[in-house]
Amino acid sequence: MKKVFEPRIVAFLCNWCAYSGADLAGVSRLKYPPNVVPIRVMCSGRVDPQFVLEAFREGADGVFIGGCHTPSDCHYVNGNFKTYKRKIVMDRMLEQIGINPRRLRLEWVSASEGKKFAEVMDEFIAEVRKLGPVPRMKEGER
Amino acid sequence: MARVGVFVCHCGFNIAGTVDVEKVAETLGKDKDVVFSTTYKYMCSGPGQTLVQEAIKEHRLDKVIIAACSPGMHEATFRSAAEDVGLNPYDVEIANIREQCSWVHDDMEKGTEKAIKIARSMVRKVVGNQPLEPVKVGVTPKVLVIGGGIAGIQAALDVADAGYEVILVEKETSIGGHMAQLSETFPTLDCSQCILTPKMVAVSRNPKIKLMTYSEVIDISGYVGNFKVKIKEKPRYVDPEKCNLCTDCEDVCPVVVPNEFDMGLSIRKAIYLPFPQAVPSTYTLDMEKCLGLDPIRCGKCIEVCDVEAIDYDVHPKIIEEEVGAIIVATGYDLYPKNMLGEYGYGEDEDIINGLEFERMLSASGPTKGEVRRPSDGKVPKRVVFIQCAGSRDPDNHLPYCSKICCMYTAKHAMLYKHHVEDGEAYIFYIDIRAAGKGYEEFIHRAMEEERIVYLRGKPSKVFRKGEKLVVWGVDTLLGEKIEIEADLVVLAMAMVPGKGTGEIIDVLNCAADENEFLKEVHPKLRPVESSTPGFFLAGAAQAPKDIPDTVAQASAAASKALSVIGQEYLEHEPAVAQVDEDLCSGCEVCISVCPYGAISPVGGHAEVNAVMCEGCGSCAAACPSGAMTLKNGTQEQIFDMIRSILQEG
Ligand code: FES
Repeated sequence: MKKVFEPRIVAFLCNWCAYSGADLAGVSRLKYPPNVVPIRVMCSGRVDPQFVLEAFREGADGVFIGGCHTPSDCHYVNGNFKTYKRKIVMDRMLEQIGINPRRLRLEWVSASEGKKFAEVMDEFIAEVRKLGPVPRMKEGER
Repeated sequence: MARVGVFVCHCGFNIAGTVDVEKVAETLGKDKDVVFSTTYKYMCSGPGQTLVQEAIKEHRLDKVIIAACSPGMHEATFRSAAEDVGLNPYDVEIANIREQCSWVHDDMEKGTEKAIKIARSMVRKVVGNQPLEPVKVGVTPKVLVIGGGIAGIQAALDVADAGYEVILVEKETSIGGHMAQLSETFPTLDCSQCILTPKMVAVSRNPKIKLMTYSEVIDISGYVGNFKVKIKEKPRYVDPEKCNLCTDCEDVCPVVVPNEFDMGLSIRKAIYLPFPQAVPSTYTLDMEKCLGLDPIRCGKCIEVCDVEAIDYDVHPKIIEEEVGAIIVATGYDLYPKNMLGEYGYGEDEDIINGLEFERMLSASGPTKGEVRRPSDGKVPKRVVFIQCAGSRDPDNHLPYCSKICCMYTAKHAMLYKHHVEDGEAYIFYIDIRAAGKGYEEFIHRAMEEERIVYLRGKPSKVFRKGEKLVVWGVDTLLGEKIEIEADLVVLAMAMVPGKGTGEIIDVLNCAADENEFLKEVHPKLRPVESSTPGFFLAGAAQAPKDIPDTVAQASAAASKALSVIGQEYLEHEPAVAQVDEDLCSGCEVCISVCPYGAISPVGGHAEVNAVMCEGCGSCAAACPSGAMTLKNGTQEQIFDMIRSILQEG
């Protein structure tokens, strides 16, 4: 039997909304595939584009960033807007290095949206699964 | 080399049901930094904590990973347990393998794999952690209250009653705010001034309160516990100590201008007392309207003032103060009538707003409490009240509900009927929102006992036809067009943030919501705190609200402020941003992204104020030279975490 492709995804979740939303998904016992491993950051605005690049460089098939809803849910006034703007730049950057920007997903998930978190995970994992393994960089490019 | 201990919790079957906890402990045990690993049924229990403590001592652990439930649950528990046996709290991290692993997956094999990755990434993080001590700062035990309406008055009195000093700053010549303008208040119909003025006087008499009227906060710096504020005191040209309120100056003053307190329905002079109960009780010379300082041009008031209270030669004063907490209570204004094209852009004198009607109803108002049409002074026999004028209309005006209009319109119509026995009152409404104590009963009284006609619908147009104002609307309950010829139309205008609120948002650099009201940290659980620590919110500057809610919120803000200034020291989360001065090029990008103004340029490089920094990490993400980082969340730590998650096997 052919082995199914299991994407490896890193998720940066802001402490106040997305991480709490992910916790709520757990508390509500909602199921989603185990392909995503979370990294807790205080704010989505902490996510340095280099983190995203590093993840892809290390072989992640997808990267997820979860923050608080715009306009005004961010615990640190406007970190979510900074992330929003950075995402636009990151998409272009990824395109240039031959990585489909659909492999990078930004979503706003509030602490009360456990269901949304699980759904988004389902969806994103399915999408990355369809996209297949990330093109591996050659040694020299690393 | 670090000596990490990993403690994997079964959490009964909550974790052990879908994660092979033994395998997690065993795999982690092989990690290069891990010297000890084990599992236990309930790690958070007493014996569980003791197990952790004993292992720390026995194996000389310097770092600890608890692989268990979400850090929100027991991070504090385990950090303090570890602290008891000599570790720094930041030497302990939680790997969340329950909420974000065992509870969301059924597949034991894959769940275990994921749990290992999570725990391993946390090992990498904790190894990179540095021990941190909370930042301690002293506190200035004094509160600044901005805005002298009922919210500011209540907050100032509460703080003073607790024994602390308060500075109350009001930009107008008297405190009292809009509440001082009201006639009677719903639902009890007690006289607004009668309940307010004793509080105003109490403010002026309280030795703990430094009252600064006709003053504005123009600058603020510092951080929670230690703010520096600059307050500009405008000159009154009248010495309150000497003025004996004889009115001689006012009598001779030749300049006549609309009286703001009466919403322009009466006149005042250039030298004036805003209203009889004003606090401080003294005249003010409105220099913008005054004819001239030199006796050749006017100077009449100075001549007649026997007590020599008037002095033209005074200048604005800038006063600097230090405070520990700030309460913002800058209040509301009404949505301008000239925004309402459908109701004649406020050009018709007989279309008035709620506050104008309040002044008319007030015994001390321009008509001495008689309801009169502004255009010809006649008693209006038919009055149409229009609710939601500007509110709840996202397409054309404001999206939100102004909350108090249903109630005050019912009150207006009721009071009108009390004044004009044979008068007819019609109220157009969209919905009736009467959710306060005694409010529903009040609306019922208006409808049933006072025979006020409630029409469900919003008028589309109001226009003049000779003596009358024609109101076009639809009764949506009957599905019929309605046309009413009225003598007077009263608009329940939407509440908008006061002019001072917009100004203070700029000065304080604090958060506002999409409608420019002050924004609270959390709408339910932290409703009186601004996202900037040390700023507290009270009254209608935060959202439209009525007097009981305003007073309650003001007291809440006062108690929150007291909990700041009542402490000897404030402890601040130490996991904040940190600069590598050698790497910093001084580009100041970090300064531009910091929402707290916590970074400043010092000697060509950035410097972080550890007390103002909230640790969001925006600056670290933005720094182009990698000089800025977050303590215990550094680039290297996160890189290590990413690699450990993606590492094969
Ligand atoms: S705290 Fe969630 S995005 Fe800023």
